[in-house]
Amino acid sequence: MDIRVQAAPFDFGAEAGAFARGRRDAGAIVTFAGIVRDDGGLARMVLEHYPGMTERALETIAAEATRRFGLLDCLVIHRHGSLTPGETIMMVATAAPHRADAFAAAEFLMDYLKSRAPFWKKEFGADGAAWVAAKDADETALDRWAQD
Amino acid sequence: MIDVLYFAWVRERIGLPKERIETAAPTVAALVEELSAREDRYAAAFADLSALRVAVDQDLADFDAPLAGVREVAFFPPMTGG
Repeated sequence: MDIRVQAAPFDFGAEAGAFARGRRDAGAIVTFAGIVRDDGGLARMVLEHYPGMTERALETIAAEATRRFGLLDCLVIHRHGSLTPGETIMMVATAAPHRADAFAAAEFLMDYLKSRAPFWKKEFGADGAAWVAAKDADETALDRWAQD
Repeated sequence: MIDVLYFAWVRERIGLPKERIETAAPTVAALVEELSAREDRYAAAFADLSALRVAVDQDLADFDAPLAGVREVAFFPPMTGG
Protein backbone atom coordinates (compact mmCIF):
# COMPACT_ATOMS: atom_id res chain seq x y z
CA MET A 1 0.00 0.00 0.00
CA ASP A 2 1.47 3.30 -1.10
CA ILE A 3 -0.25 6.62 -0.28
CA ARG A 4 1.23 9.91 -1.43
CA VAL A 5 -0.11 13.45 -0.96
CA GLN A 6 2.02 15.98 -2.79
CA ALA A 7 2.05 19.33 -4.58
CA ALA A 8 4.50 18.16 -7.24
CA PRO A 9 3.32 16.75 -10.59
CA PHE A 10 3.79 13.04 -11.23
CA ASP A 11 4.08 10.88 -14.34
CA PHE A 12 0.95 8.72 -14.50
CA GLY A 13 2.43 6.33 -17.08
CA ALA A 14 5.66 5.85 -15.17
CA GLU A 15 3.78 5.29 -11.90
CA ALA A 16 1.41 2.77 -13.53
CA GLY A 17 4.40 0.95 -15.05
CA ALA A 18 6.30 0.83 -11.77
CA PHE A 19 3.19 -0.42 -9.96
CA ALA A 20 2.70 -3.27 -12.45
CA ARG A 21 6.33 -4.27 -12.87
CA GLY A 22 7.53 -7.62 -11.58
CA ARG A 23 4.21 -8.86 -10.25
CA ARG A 24 3.54 -12.57 -10.67
CA ASP A 25 0.61 -12.92 -8.28
CA ALA A 26 -1.71 -10.28 -9.76
CA GLY A 27 -3.82 -11.32 -12.71
CA ALA A 28 -5.35 -7.85 -12.92
CA ILE A 29 -4.18 -4.29 -12.52
CA VAL A 30 -6.62 -1.37 -12.83
CA THR A 31 -5.50 2.26 -12.94
CA PHE A 32 -7.51 5.49 -12.88
CA ALA A 33 -6.25 9.05 -13.40
CA GLY A 34 -8.24 12.20 -12.54
CA ILE A 35 -7.55 15.16 -14.84
CA VAL A 36 -8.40 18.87 -14.39
CA ARG A 37 -11.26 19.38 -16.86
CA ASP A 38 -11.90 22.70 -18.55
CA ASP A 39 -15.68 23.09 -18.68
CA GLY A 40 -15.20 26.44 -20.40
CA GLY A 41 -13.17 29.30 -19.00
CA LEU A 42 -11.33 27.48 -16.23
CA ALA A 43 -7.90 29.10 -15.82
CA ARG A 44 -6.72 27.08 -12.84
CA MET A 45 -7.84 25.15 -9.82
CA VAL A 46 -6.47 25.24 -6.29
CA LEU A 47 -6.81 22.16 -4.12
CA GLU A 48 -6.69 22.81 -0.40
CA HIS A 49 -6.28 19.92 2.03
CA TYR A 50 -5.91 19.11 5.72
CA PRO A 51 -2.33 17.90 6.26
CA GLY A 52 -2.28 14.96 8.62
CA MET A 53 -5.96 14.09 8.30
CA THR A 54 -5.63 13.69 4.53
CA GLU A 55 -2.98 10.97 4.81
CA ARG A 56 -4.91 9.31 7.63
CA ALA A 57 -8.19 9.29 5.68
CA LEU A 58 -6.54 7.93 2.52
CA GLU A 59 -4.81 5.16 4.50
CA THR A 60 -8.09 4.17 6.13
CA ILE A 61 -9.90 4.07 2.76
CA ALA A 62 -7.08 2.11 1.08
CA ALA A 63 -6.91 -0.38 3.97
CA GLU A 64 -10.68 -0.94 3.73
CA ALA A 65 -10.45 -1.47 -0.06
CA THR A 66 -7.61 -3.96 0.47
CA ARG A 67 -9.63 -5.90 3.04
CA ARG A 68 -12.89 -5.96 1.09
CA PHE A 69 -11.54 -6.86 -2.30
CA GLY A 70 -8.50 -8.92 -1.32
CA LEU A 71 -6.07 -6.57 -3.02
CA LEU A 72 -2.45 -7.59 -3.36
CA ASP A 73 -1.45 -3.93 -3.49
CA CYS A 74 -2.83 -0.45 -4.07
CA LEU A 75 -1.47 2.99 -4.83
CA VAL A 76 -3.07 6.41 -4.28
CA ILE A 77 -1.37 9.65 -5.34
CA HIS A 78 -3.32 12.88 -4.76
CA ARG A 79 -1.99 16.35 -5.49
CA HIS A 80 -2.78 19.63 -3.76
CA GLY A 81 -1.98 23.25 -4.63
CA SER A 82 -2.45 25.00 -7.95
CA LEU A 83 -3.29 22.99 -11.09
CA THR A 84 -4.20 23.95 -14.67
CA PRO A 85 -6.56 22.18 -17.12
CA GLY A 86 -5.07 18.97 -18.49
CA GLU A 87 -2.92 18.31 -15.43
CA THR A 88 -3.26 15.03 -13.56
CA ILE A 89 -4.81 15.66 -10.12
CA MET A 90 -4.68 12.16 -8.75
CA MET A 91 -4.44 8.47 -9.57
CA VAL A 92 -5.29 5.13 -8.04
CA ALA A 93 -3.96 1.71 -9.00
CA THR A 94 -5.17 -1.64 -7.70
CA ALA A 95 -3.70 -5.13 -8.07
CA ALA A 96 -5.81 -8.25 -7.49
CA PRO A 97 -5.79 -11.88 -8.62
CA HIS A 98 -8.87 -11.25 -10.84
CA ARG A 99 -10.22 -8.19 -12.68
CA ALA A 100 -13.64 -7.93 -10.99
CA ASP A 101 -12.00 -7.16 -7.64
CA ALA A 102 -9.40 -4.81 -9.18
CA PHE A 103 -12.14 -2.75 -10.94
CA ALA A 104 -14.48 -2.72 -7.93
CA ALA A 105 -11.66 -1.67 -5.58
CA ALA A 106 -10.68 1.21 -7.88
CA GLU A 107 -14.30 2.44 -7.92
CA PHE A 108 -14.58 2.04 -4.16
CA LEU A 109 -11.39 4.09 -3.67
CA MET A 110 -12.66 6.83 -5.99
CA ASP A 111 -16.13 6.99 -4.41
CA TYR A 112 -14.72 7.27 -0.90
CA LEU A 113 -11.89 9.65 -1.55
CA LYS A 114 -14.24 12.05 -3.35
CA SER A 115 -16.28 12.70 -0.23
CA ARG A 116 -14.27 11.33 2.72
CA ALA A 117 -10.75 12.64 2.10
CA PRO A 118 -10.34 16.27 3.21
CA PHE A 119 -9.72 18.06 -0.10
CA TRP A 120 -11.51 21.16 -1.36
CA LYS A 121 -11.37 22.51 -4.89
CA LYS A 122 -11.52 26.19 -5.76
CA GLU A 123 -11.90 27.13 -9.42
CA PHE A 124 -10.50 30.32 -10.93
CA GLY A 125 -11.96 31.53 -14.23
CA ALA A 126 -12.91 34.62 -16.18
CA ASP A 127 -15.88 35.22 -13.82
CA GLY A 128 -13.77 35.07 -10.67
CA ALA A 129 -13.21 32.33 -8.13
CA ALA A 130 -15.63 29.84 -6.59
CA TRP A 131 -15.44 26.82 -4.29
CA VAL A 132 -16.69 23.65 -5.95
CA ALA A 133 -19.82 22.40 -4.15
CA ALA A 134 -20.10 18.74 -3.21
CA LYS A 135 -22.78 16.89 -5.17
CA ASP A 136 -25.56 14.84 -3.56
CA ALA A 137 -24.58 12.12 -6.05
CA ASP A 138 -21.14 11.90 -4.43
CA GLU A 139 -22.77 11.04 -1.13
CA THR A 140 -25.32 8.59 -2.57
CA ALA A 141 -22.48 6.87 -4.48
CA LEU A 142 -21.34 5.54 -1.10
CA ASP A 143 -24.67 3.78 -0.48
CA ARG A 144 -23.86 1.02 -2.93
CA TRP A 145 -20.91 -0.02 -0.76
CA ALA A 146 -22.98 -0.27 2.43
CA GLN A 147 -22.52 -3.53 4.30
CA ASP A 148 -24.52 -5.00 7.15
CA MET B 1 -6.45 24.59 25.18
CA ILE B 2 -7.71 23.31 21.89
CA ASP B 3 -6.54 23.97 18.33
CA VAL B 4 -9.39 24.99 16.04
CA LEU B 5 -8.78 24.75 12.29
CA TYR B 6 -10.83 26.14 9.40
CA PHE B 7 -10.68 25.12 5.75
CA ALA B 8 -11.95 26.33 2.36
CA TRP B 9 -14.73 28.95 2.56
CA VAL B 10 -15.01 28.54 6.33
CA ARG B 11 -11.38 29.69 6.58
CA GLU B 12 -12.07 32.61 4.22
CA ARG B 13 -15.21 33.70 6.07
CA ILE B 14 -13.60 33.58 9.52
CA GLY B 15 -10.39 35.07 8.17
CA LEU B 16 -7.81 32.70 9.65
CA PRO B 17 -6.71 29.09 9.17
CA LYS B 18 -6.09 28.16 12.80
CA GLU B 19 -6.37 29.44 16.33
CA ARG B 20 -5.79 28.18 19.84
CA ILE B 21 -8.80 28.52 22.09
CA GLU B 22 -9.29 28.28 25.84
CA THR B 23 -12.71 26.73 26.21
CA ALA B 24 -14.80 24.72 28.64
CA ALA B 25 -17.30 23.74 25.93
CA PRO B 26 -18.31 20.11 26.54
CA THR B 27 -19.24 19.37 22.91
CA VAL B 28 -18.50 20.56 19.37
CA ALA B 29 -21.98 22.14 19.23
CA ALA B 30 -21.25 24.11 22.43
CA LEU B 31 -17.93 25.29 20.94
CA VAL B 32 -19.79 26.45 17.81
CA GLU B 33 -22.22 28.43 20.00
CA GLU B 34 -19.35 29.97 21.93
CA LEU B 35 -17.53 31.01 18.74
CA SER B 36 -20.71 32.31 17.06
CA ALA B 37 -21.37 34.58 20.05
CA ARG B 38 -17.90 36.11 19.69
CA GLU B 39 -18.15 37.99 16.40
CA ASP B 40 -20.32 38.28 13.31
CA ARG B 41 -17.79 36.56 11.06
CA TYR B 42 -18.05 33.40 13.20
CA ALA B 43 -21.83 33.61 13.32
CA ALA B 44 -21.85 33.94 9.50
CA ALA B 45 -19.57 30.94 9.02
CA PHE B 46 -21.60 28.75 11.41
CA ALA B 47 -25.06 30.01 10.32
CA ASP B 48 -26.00 26.75 8.56
CA LEU B 49 -24.47 23.70 10.24
CA SER B 50 -25.96 21.38 7.61
CA ALA B 51 -23.46 22.95 5.17
CA LEU B 52 -20.54 22.10 7.47
CA ARG B 53 -18.56 19.05 8.46
CA VAL B 54 -16.43 18.64 11.56
CA ALA B 55 -13.38 16.54 12.39
CA VAL B 56 -12.28 15.83 15.96
CA ASP B 57 -8.59 14.91 16.29
CA GLN B 58 -8.54 14.35 12.51
CA ASP B 59 -11.49 11.95 12.36
CA LEU B 60 -14.90 12.94 10.97
CA ALA B 61 -17.34 13.43 13.83
CA ASP B 62 -20.82 14.71 14.68
CA PHE B 63 -21.63 18.08 16.19
CA ASP B 64 -22.65 16.39 19.44
CA ALA B 65 -19.18 14.83 19.83
CA PRO B 66 -17.62 15.45 23.27
CA LEU B 67 -14.50 17.63 23.56
CA ALA B 68 -12.97 16.18 26.74
CA GLY B 69 -9.31 15.37 26.04
CA VAL B 70 -9.53 16.57 22.45
CA ARG B 71 -6.53 18.44 21.01
CA GLU B 72 -7.81 19.51 17.59
CA VAL B 73 -11.18 20.39 16.04
CA ALA B 74 -11.58 21.31 12.36
CA PHE B 75 -14.54 22.88 10.53
CA PHE B 76 -14.97 22.69 6.77
CA PRO B 77 -17.52 22.30 3.95
CA PRO B 78 -18.31 18.88 2.42
CA MET B 79 -15.17 17.52 0.78
CA THR B 80 -14.53 17.64 -2.97
CA GLY B 81 -11.51 15.42 -3.65
CA GLY B 82 -10.81 13.06 -6.50
